[in-house]
Amino acid sequence: MNWLNLLILIIQAFVITLAVTTAFAYLTLFERRLLARFQNRVGPNRAGPGGFLQPLADAVKLFFKEDVVPAAADRPVYLLAPALAVIPAIIIWAVIPFGCLNLNWDYRACFADPQTSNVWNILQIAEINVGVLYLFAVTGIGVYGITLAGWASNNKYSMLGGIRSSAQLISYELALSCAVLGVVMTYSSLSTAQIVYQQGGLWGIVPQFLGFVLFMVASTAEVVRAPFDLVEAEQELVGGYNTEYGSMKFALFFMTEYIKLIAISAIAVTFFFGGWRFPGLQTLGRGMEDLAGPVVASLVVGLVSLGAFLLKLVAFLFVSVWIRASWPRLRYDRLMTLGWKWLLPLGLINLVYTAVTFVIVPDQRLASFILLALSLITLAVAVGFSSVPQPVDNVTYVKDLRQGSVLPPAPAETEESQPAPTSPRQPVSSQG
Amino acid sequence: MTSTLHVPTPQEITEPAIAGKTETMVLNMGPHHPSTHGVLRLVLELDGEVVVNVAPDVGYLHTGIEKTMESKTYQKAVVLTDRMDYLAPLSNNLCYALAVEKLLGVEIPERVQVIRVLLVELQRIASHLVWLGTHALDLAAMSVFLYAFREREQILDIFELVSGARMMTSYIRIGGLAYDVPADFLPTVDALLRIMPERIDEYESLLTGNPLWLERTVGVGVIDAEAAIAYGLTGANLRASGVPYDVRKAMPYSGYETYDFEIPVGKNGDIYDRYRVRMAEMRQSVKIARQAWERLRALGPGPHMTLDRKVAPPPKSEITHSMESLIHHFKLWTEGFKPPRGDAYVSIESPRGILGCYVVSDGSPRPWRVHFRAPSFINLQALAHMAKGRLVADLVALIASLDPVLGEVDR
Repeated sequence: MNWLNLLILIIQAFVITLAVTTAFAYLTLFERRLLARFQNRVGPNRAGPGGFLQPLADAVKLFFKEDVVPAAADRPVYLLAPALAVIPAIIIWAVIPFGCLNLNWDYRACFADPQTSNVWNILQIAEINVGVLYLFAVTGIGVYGITLAGWASNNKYSMLGGIRSSAQLISYELALSCAVLGVVMTYSSLSTAQIVYQQGGLWGIVPQFLGFVLFMVASTAEVVRAPFDLVEAEQELVGGYNTEYGSMKFALFFMTEYIKLIAISAIAVTFFFGGWRFPGLQTLGRGMEDLAGPVVASLVVGLVSLGAFLLKLVAFLFVSVWIRASWPRLRYDRLMTLGWKWLLPLGLINLVYTAVTFVIVPDQRLASFILLALSLITLAVAVGFSSVPQPVDNVTYVKDLRQGSVLPPAPAETEESQPAPTSPRQPVSSQG
Repeated sequence: MTSTLHVPTPQEITEPAIAGKTETMVLNMGPHHPSTHGVLRLVLELDGEVVVNVAPDVGYLHTGIEKTMESKTYQKAVVLTDRMDYLAPLSNNLCYALAVEKLLGVEIPERVQVIRVLLVELQRIASHLVWLGTHALDLAAMSVFLYAFREREQILDIFELVSGARMMTSYIRIGGLAYDVPADFLPTVDALLRIMPERIDEYESLLTGNPLWLERTVGVGVIDAEAAIAYGLTGANLRASGVPYDVRKAMPYSGYETYDFEIPVGKNGDIYDRYRVRMAEMRQSVKIARQAWERLRALGPGPHMTLDRKVAPPPKSEITHSMESLIHHFKLWTEGFKPPRGDAYVSIESPRGILGCYVVSDGSPRPWRVHFRAPSFINLQALAHMAKGRLVADLVALIASLDPVLGEVDR
């Protein structure tokens, strides 16, 4: 590795960290404005045009808050926890390909097998051959931050939040892994770039529809997002694990959560929606090359692929906000039931489907559609067997109280038999 | 049954814990907590997240309203009743006014009664909207809250139109109303009653069939009819357990017997049934309000106060011309009227249940004693009965579904 490459790498890391934190800030604005739309409100629109400076104002506010450490807290752990939470959330981004741009200015390399072409895509920091494993390793570390925060705060609400989070994250990690394993089997690769490359024809959602549904549910739980946001269920646990955190330490937790949400959406895009790819991109590159030469073509493909990736990402975030606006929260025991009794078995079934189908049906395209059909059938069966209570209308209308009563009507209010006062007190003051 | 009734005290939970005799965790929920609907303090005994025992500790919002009323003249004490159940001030006004009117034995003109019924039913809708919104919010369905408050806002605007105040209305006075309703009262109410049924459909579309909502509410916080009666539950909480009891039907007041409406009654006594019953009640309230609206339109202009000069001040036009009227007015506002010695009890169906008012008069212009039977307070006693063995999350849903108003609990 020469100095130039190292320099580029540092720039990449710097830019991505900055971009991700900025994206977090604007995701909060996006969410607040969008929620407001869903709820018949206006949302923050005072700071800057259209509320554009609102995230800045929020950040400044949090920066100037007093940094309090509770006296009873386990100080080193308490201080370490936010960092432990936020760092994994940011380094997830290392293996995600945002687009395709290389310094050889060759757009064709984008559409070639990354294993053989050996061209450095600068819109992905690290193309490693165990990218998927890396993702799980890093998201797995994230749970420590939350659990330690809950424990170190020495607050009962925080502790409950911390316990909930460890249980939830560990349970859903399994389901999440199962869902992604299906993708790995389909494309026989652990490299994210390779998975994206192979989705040139059909997007991953077709062969892995069941996997996608499981991934969406499990990943929402993994990033403790509504309706699985039990870890910080405000109505139950006040603030959950971050009850005792204020100032920038709170902001770091907040940041973790949102960056993870963006990251998990990016992973979903990468695995199931073709990453930065979309039909017609190659044609566009060819057209641009004929028109303006290879450098421009490469730049255009790079920018357009980045744009496509971001567009898909925003669509996912939109759905996430939408869900938050409309659904109640799951209860802790039901969350565990869902994770262990439904998602994990379904994930395993999906693995069996994938393995068997690809062995029996050699044609990838045909196998994909067979898998899609299997997924839909399995989902329909699973929904049919689920134990969700039916909305039963128990309300009957009674016009006359004597009719249709289960029990004799409650006796009329018995008046307190307080005798009329015999010696009334004197009025406090006499007027008039 | 009565022998097993027990409302735990906080000491019952904290003392063994302090003595180190338990392996459970004691958690103070409130008085500052996002979902205790004000300043309710709950002492929880938790085994993991399972509620072993829960003791409600009330009194953090004690305002001494009943005591303060003893030093006010009857008419001036109306203002204090607003502050009890601050989500249904008009119901409180009405209950107190009816009790004192019973004591005085005054006749209330039909037009006044119609306006009272109309406003109290609107108040019931407004109160249920707050219940619905906060209940949904406690289960993290946050949009319903804002939808519900949108219509509540419209109802509060009507209250502002008639009384000048959005919440502390003091509009229903002893002997009638504070002022007559303004000219645009009827069209404003009409606009609300027109949109209300479809807006209730809108709330229901978000919750009634929602699998997550069903998961959280069906079969949770169950209280059977027998226990509900034994604990003295009233209102929708009682009716959801399958007991058809409503004061508007059982002991009609303000002419409720002449309105055509039905009492929604549930079956299972769980959170979901309480939800369905209250939603159905809102629809019934719209129905009653519409009938009252029709009557008010048919009646046209008329008096807004009883014609009994012992209670009602003389009209302004007379005061400027007649010395006696001026003196009478002065006496009424400074000294107040004097009901005969005796006592009176009136109960009404407030949005939360049976709101009773017991007034004792010693013949002076101030009540000797006023006592309110506050439905929130009594409903809250059944909390431990329903919450034991459930999760903390269920407890939160349960508090919301009992719909307590802490101002009324503590008075």
